[in-house]
This record gives sequence, C-alpha cells and structure tokens, in this order.
Amino acid sequence: MSGTVHKTGILATIRRSVAWRALATIKGGVAGGFLLLVVLGAIFAPVLTPYDYDIQALTNAFQPPSLAHPMGTDEFGRDVLTRILYGARTSLSVSVVAISISLVFGMTLGAAAGYFGGRFDRMVMVVVDLTWSFPEILVALMLVAIIGPGVTGTLVAICVAYLAQFTRLTRSQVMALKTETYVEAARGLGASHAFILFRHLLPNCLGPVLVAGMLATGDAIILEATLGFFGLGAQPPTPSWGGMMSSGSGLLFKGPWIILFPGLCIALTVVAINLFGDVLLAKLDIRDRLRVV
Amino acid sequence: MLGYVIRRILMLVPVFFAVSVVIFSMIHMLPGDPIENLLRVGSSPAQREALTAKYGLDRPLVEQYLLWMGNVLTGDLGTAIVQRRPVAQLVAQALPYSLTLGGLALCFSTVLGVVVGTIAASWRGSWLDQGLMGGVLFGSMLPNFWIGLLMILVFSVSLGWTPVSGARGWESLVLPVLTIGLGGTALVARVTRIAMIDTQGKDFVLLLHAKGVHPLTIQVRHVLRHALIPVVTILALRIGWILGGAVTVEVVFARPGLGSLLIKSLNQHDYPVVQASLLILAMAVMLGTLMGDLLQAAMDPRFRDSLT
Repeated sequence: MSGTVHKTGILATIRRSVAWRALATIKGGVAGGFLLLVVLGAIFAPVLTPYDYDIQALTNAFQPPSLAHPMGTDEFGRDVLTRILYGARTSLSVSVVAISISLVFGMTLGAAAGYFGGRFDRMVMVVVDLTWSFPEILVALMLVAIIGPGVTGTLVAICVAYLAQFTRLTRSQVMALKTETYVEAARGLGASHAFILFRHLLPNCLGPVLVAGMLATGDAIILEATLGFFGLGAQPPTPSWGGMMSSGSGLLFKGPWIILFPGLCIALTVVAINLFGDVLLAKLDIRDRLRVV
Repeated sequence: MLGYVIRRILMLVPVFFAVSVVIFSMIHMLPGDPIENLLRVGSSPAQREALTAKYGLDRPLVEQYLLWMGNVLTGDLGTAIVQRRPVAQLVAQALPYSLTLGGLALCFSTVLGVVVGTIAASWRGSWLDQGLMGGVLFGSMLPNFWIGLLMILVFSVSLGWTPVSGARGWESLVLPVLTIGLGGTALVARVTRIAMIDTQGKDFVLLLHAKGVHPLTIQVRHVLRHALIPVVTILALRIGWILGGAVTVEVVFARPGLGSLLIKSLNQHDYPVVQASLLILAMAVMLGTLMGDLLQAAMDPRFRDSLT
C-alpha cells in the first residue's frame, strides 16, 4: 500500500480536523489545553473538591490562601476554589448556550436577509444596525431590566446583544456566495431555495461564523461576569464568576484573594478563547472573510 | 456635503423615536413594583392606589408614553420614585462626572494608542512591535472591572497613592481613566499601525528618504500625519464604547456618574431614572456615531453618497 492513500477511521478523521491541527500548534495547544482544563474542572467539580459551594462556616471566614484552601475562603468561610469550579458551570454554560442560540437565530436571519434581499433584507438590517450601534453592555442592561436579574435575564441579554453581529456576518457571507457559479448551477438544476440555502450556502459560511461565535463566547463570558458584578446575573447562592467578584469588591481590604482568583480565571479563559480562535482563523485561512463585516 | 449632513441628521429622528419606544416599553415590563418599595408595611390598598395614580402608573401605556415623550422633549424627565427628586436634576448631577471620565479616557486611549501604534509601525516585525501590540491586545481582552479592582488593590490599598473610590479631586480620576483607557488602546494602536505601514510604502515617503530626511522626522512629521485620518474617524465611533466602559468602571470606583445612577436605579426598580439614563446614554451613542459619520464624509467624499 502506498502512503498517499488517506487513512479512514475515526482517529484519522480527528487528526485531519481543524481543531486537532490547531491544538497541535504551541499557541493553540496551550490555549486549547487550558480551556479543556477549565471545562473538565467545571464538569468534575464535585469530585475535585471536598468542600461545598454554599455551606457557610463563619469561623472559617477570610482565610488567606493555604494548603487546605489554595485560593482562600470568602466572607462566609466558603472555599474560593470550590466556588470558582462551580461558578465555571454557571458562567461557561450561560455564555455558551446564549451564544449558540444567538448563532442559530443570527444565521437564520442573516442567511434569509442576504439570500432573498429586497424589503425583508432592509427591514432586518434596520433593526440589526440599530442594535449594532449600541455597546453590548447597554443592550444587555436594557434586557436584564425587563426580564429581571438572574440566569434567564443574562441568557436573553447575551443572545440579543450578539445577534446583530452574527446576522451581519452571515448576511455578508451569503451575499458574496449567492452569485457563485455552483449556486447558479444548482438553481438551473431546479433546486429549491431551501435546498440551496441549507445544502450550499450555509455550509460554506459556517467556518467564519462559527469562529466568530467562538470569539464572541469570550466576550460573552466578560458580559456575563459584568452583569454578575452588577448583581444582575445569577443570584446567590448559585456561584458565578461575576457574582463572586461582586460580593468581593467591598472586601478588598480584608480579602483581596476573593476577587483576585475569579477575575484571573475570567481573564485567562477569555484570553485562551481568543488565542485559540486566532489559531483556528489562521488554520482555516478565513481571517479576511471575518473582516467583511 | 450640506445635503449629506442634513440627510444624516434627519436619519436620527426616527432612530431616536424607535429607541425611546424600545426603552419605554422595556422598562414597563420590568419586574418588581416601584410602589411596593414606597409603601410602609401595613398600608391600605387605598394608599397604594393613590400613589399609583400620583405617578400615572394606572393609565394606558400609550398615554404614559406620549406623556413621557412630551415631557422629555420639554426637558422634564419626571420625578424619581425611590429617590424622590426630579430626574433631570439627578441626571444633570451625574452627567458631568461621566463626561469628564469618558472624555479623559478617550484622550488617554487615543494618545497611548497612537504612540504605541507609531512605535510598532516604526520597528515593524521586531520584538518591540510584537511585544507592544500583544500587550495592548492582552489588555483589551481583560474584563475592565477586574482591571479596575486590581488597580485599586495595587495603587490605593498597597501603595496608598490614590483614593480608593469616590470623586473628590483629580486624583480620584486617575485610576478610572487608566482602566477604561487601557482597554481602548488596542484598537487605536492597531489602526495607527496598519495605516502607518500602509503609508510607509508610498512614493512620497521614498522621496523623503532619498532626500536624506531623518527617518524619525519622516515617521512623525509625514507618515503619522498621513495615517491619522482613519484614527480620527474611529475616535468618534468609540464614544459609545467608552460610555459602555464608563458604566462598569463608575460602579467599581463608586463614582457618582450616569452609570452608577443607572445600576442603582435598576436595582431599586426606579423606572423614571432608568428610562432617562438609558435614553441619555443612547443619545450619546447616536451623537457619537453621527460625529464619526460626518467626519468620515468630510474627509472622504465617497461616503457622502452612501446615504440615498
């Protein structure tokens, strides 16, 4: 057998995938590895730590970092590391779910607007441009105001705040692609609009949109933390990274570690997401397509 | 150009009303009842009704909107339900703090961004370029409220150089301005760097080199001046972003600005104040975008036709 034949099987497929090739670089490996670590830490939080995230032990409050509590304890004597691990569950899942929903809606809207054009396109773009011109935090604050503080409010706020970005990106991709010869050929063969959209156009703009979604997840984590910091995110006792810093901000003198470590966690996670997204962009060679917006 | 200016300004009117309707209807779906906060324990339903009527909360929504809009246009923003003062007064008190902070942060991030961008472009590809650009990019990825808290920790708590919070004197402005400004440096630096690298390849720069002008003079006097055009245009567009940052940073540093007012009122369910502060923030963003568009059109005639 010659070596040029593509190997089949799951392992070979994984090795050829973009994510794997991105992980194989130094930058992508470090960033991806860190993200994997955070996700695993969130999933296996109950196994990894002997403490509970919401049981108060006031005699144990304000312990500086030590062997028993590597990141110290907070004002109620709860282990900070434990709360960070459990907080990752809230912060990561809220951000990822919100961005996923936003992606689905944004792609649908953007693809339809870009493909059909005309009055529908103009209507969508008026609304999209309106939200686009406002900072995400303002849009999110308005939405949290209606729905109320908590996980649901944060979820919807993040969804809507990033909808404009995904709609614009998908729209511009679809508009660029719809005049390609193969689309015309498909139409000539009698393919329906839905078939062309779902079979040809959407798969082709998936790359840039998904990477944009990943990069937006980093921003969403910050947005979620900011809302949490304002006391508008997940409500206590549910731990979230932003919420931990909210209660910690008044205790800067007594226990700086209470805000230091959750913040560090947010910062490192966001930076890792951006680095990994950057490597993906380079590997997929779509940096220019992302700039279209 | 005049036609463009008029068209562009007229475009603001429907946007303004759209935003005001959105803000109004959103706020009226707010959970929590502000009247609840005013009532003492054990007050009668009659007292409750009287209060509801006093603030007009029992009328149809359309009527409430028209009333509100009419008042807003005449400068009357209503009375704060919880804080029991005219909203216009509260906003007027808060606005200068936010404007000072935002303005200084904009200046700071611009100056720093242009300097970093110039240095990076002048030593393009070197470790200095990569280090500086990587550094500002890293700074822009961090949550700004965390940077703010870290700065308080280092400069106020440990070193005691600046006040922890509040708004007394210029010292209290240093950390907030640094916090917002550092986050905004990356974009300005990137735009400056790209524009300068672009300009460095132009013929007139080659000519200057051939004439034997000192490279530093060329960079600062000629290339930078040429490259500043795109930087100026993104500046005005950054106003909204700066205001967004100011909201967070004001809360961190307990500065009595518009952001603090908004968050406080949100937590107190004080409708009129939330409406007014959101509307004013939104207006500031719209004016910023307007200024950016006008600047761009003034410098590049091609943009004037984009609005027909």
